[in-house]
Amino acid sequence: MMPSDEKAVAEDTNMPDLSKHNNWMSKCLTPAIYSKLKDRKTPSGYTLDKCIQTGVDNPGHPFIMTVGLVAGDEESYSTFSELFDPVISRHNGYAPDAKHNTDLDASKLRGGNFDENFVLSSRVRTGRSLRGLALPPWCTRGERRTVEKLAVEALSKLGDELKGKYYPLSKMTEAEQDQLIQDHFLFDKPVSPLLTSAGMARDWPDARGIWHNDAKNFLVWVNEEDHLRLISMETGGNMKAVFERFCKGVQEVETILKQQGCSYMWNEHLGYILTCPSNLGTGLRGGVHVKLPLLSNDKRFNSILESLRLQKRGTGGVDTASSDGTFDISNLDRLGSSEVEQVQCVVDGVELLVQMEKKLMANEEIDSLIPPAK
Amino acid sequence: RLTPVIKMHKIATLGATAAAAGCAGWFYKNRSEGAGARLPPTRKLLYPPSADFPNLKSHNNVMASHLTPGVYAKYRDVTTPNGFTLDQCIQTGVDNPGHPFIKTVGMVACDEESYTTFKDIFYPVIKERHNGYDPESDTHPIDMDSTKIKKGQLDEKYVLSCRVRTGRAVRGLSHPPVCSRAERRAVESILCEAFTGLSSDLAGIITHLVTMSEEDQDKLIDDHFLFDKPVSPLLTCAGMARDWPDARGIFHNDEKNFLVWVNEEDHMRVISMEKGGNMKSVFTRFCKGINQMESIIQGNGWEFQKSENLGYILTCPSNTGNGLRCGVHVKLPNLSKNKRFDDLLLNLRLQKRGTGGVDTAAVGGTFDISNLDRLGKSEVQLVQEVIDGVQKLVDLEKMLEKRKSV
Repeated sequence: MMPSDEKAVAEDTNMPDLSKHNNWMSKCLTPAIYSKLKDRKTPSGYTLDKCIQTGVDNPGHPFIMTVGLVAGDEESYSTFSELFDPVISRHNGYAPDAKHNTDLDASKLRGGNFDENFVLSSRVRTGRSLRGLALPPWCTRGERRTVEKLAVEALSKLGDELKGKYYPLSKMTEAEQDQLIQDHFLFDKPVSPLLTSAGMARDWPDARGIWHNDAKNFLVWVNEEDHLRLISMETGGNMKAVFERFCKGVQEVETILKQQGCSYMWNEHLGYILTCPSNLGTGLRGGVHVKLPLLSNDKRFNSILESLRLQKRGTGGVDTASSDGTFDISNLDRLGSSEVEQVQCVVDGVELLVQMEKKLMANEEIDSLIPPAK
Repeated sequence: RLTPVIKMHKIATLGATAAAAGCAGWFYKNRSEGAGARLPPTRKLLYPPSADFPNLKSHNNVMASHLTPGVYAKYRDVTTPNGFTLDQCIQTGVDNPGHPFIKTVGMVACDEESYTTFKDIFYPVIKERHNGYDPESDTHPIDMDSTKIKKGQLDEKYVLSCRVRTGRAVRGLSHPPVCSRAERRAVESILCEAFTGLSSDLAGIITHLVTMSEEDQDKLIDDHFLFDKPVSPLLTCAGMARDWPDARGIFHNDEKNFLVWVNEEDHMRVISMEKGGNMKSVFTRFCKGINQMESIIQGNGWEFQKSENLGYILTCPSNTGNGLRCGVHVKLPNLSKNKRFDDLLLNLRLQKRGTGGVDTAAVGGTFDISNLDRLGKSEVQLVQEVIDGVQKLVDLEKMLEKRKSV
């Protein structure tokens, strides 16, 4: 046992040097918090050092604020709440005592049928974690294989428009791989250091795979960044249909898993528990590929998006740029509002953007349409 | 071995509160990772070792050749005294299946005790990698007495430069794949203390990567001294790039012919080099530097990791023994074209590389020639073998120049 005064001196030595860092973890992790949390472990043995390793190894970028912190299991969020809470509240603006609503009733969505001259495709994705199994940064091979086994068993029981097939990465034929790439379904071994530093690429491609329905509009990724990523999509502007199928699929999978004795990680405060704090709440990203060549050249474009609580990406995905005025537009928020509310936000926002684009095409002004800053 | 309490006091005498507190890392119990070590007993029933056995079917590394389900089952729930597991040792080999032509080792030692705690996998791996050396029965000779070297001056018309390198690990601190930041900083502190004690031709300066200025960086690049953050997945999958560039540094003497890397792939990598053919001088300085460092750290209550069977203990099993690579850059444009060149090298227990280092090709008939063996022969033996072997190669090259048959 160390004498208590030496312990006070000793506490700081393992504290990471965050002087050159710019991520949410580095902004919230103080020496006092570090000392308090450094010897704690979750029941499965995950530690603070492991939560923050990705943020220590990836100092960040002056313009993009990464989170810099992951959860290794469900209990990470509570065991290390002294760090997770400030990160969640600073990243999401979410109060420590707030309640998160889950609402997967697609019938509540108003509108959602976009003008297909502008909206090329619609997509809604989320993530889910199986309670009792560690998350991708920390899971053992045995746990990861269990996630796969339970997921595949559940997905095999889906019927009608959701009936489909599972393609494990380790057994994929060249032909299957080519088809999945053509369909834009295949996911690769992570190369981003944000993910590899967090240990998510371990044992690749063991227990990773892709499931999709025969109609190719409902897709599940197994053991990529989260246990499950569920995606509903189709070409065209029928976001309503996409969201309906999304809600149906996500809930049917949950029902079947419950019958198998499994449940999703979820709580009243944080909603669905996922690996990255940025995906807590609904874990939902609902978006469209939409042509806005004129509006995107307007210098007010970014502030309009911000007011609408939307974000833009290039059509290659996160961190890509748009080449022809076609953007991926999706919701910014995940925590503190429900699925219905977030998709409604996308629907209303995209309708407005398309309206503005039409006005600009007709050489009319859009000042009256610009929403007030939130 | 010193107990942690005694070490704590030794560290305190180094004067830095950081160092004094460094021992916090060693008291950091239960750092176990890997399947068995962290599962409560009831869950172990749900996950027998077979549930966690890696899929090694497409693998071609030494670890995969020897890791059977039986060996994995024996060790899955075992930890070293510092809490490290087999899963941590083998992760790099699981994540890097290898190449059909290049057989990598596929495992690392987390700490000194990894080799013996998991001997049913480490020993066969060592045996395969080191030509049948059996750590169970063989002993490894250590000899750092450079006065024993004979004819250590090679012909400088052919031999352009000489170099000797090795590594050392500080006993009681875990290795780069798994060390805590506190331990890594303790290693840095211990070695920096030793650098200040080096005398005369070995005295020099340390550059810490964290505080390195652009000017320092450019100088180190020009001297070919700078080491980069590892990008090879063999190293990153083993966790060696964590917390970069914290506690990493480069020491070199004023004459720039004695160089030490701190906390790269091993706690310490030592390199002695100079232009020309005076291998004896290079080896003499090498021994002097390491011996001086060893006695300084011993004066502070520390020592290097070593054992009778495995010699000096390092992170990678391929470097166990003396971890010594002794080599020259030598011009052999005629001999290298002879179809028996590779056989000749093998007979002389030598290996060739391009002058850009491992996996490069030779340019203009100039090769990097060094010892093949590491375990089972002493430093003096290996350096002598390289000197004698290179001498022979140069003699043959001279004969070919005179159009004599070899």
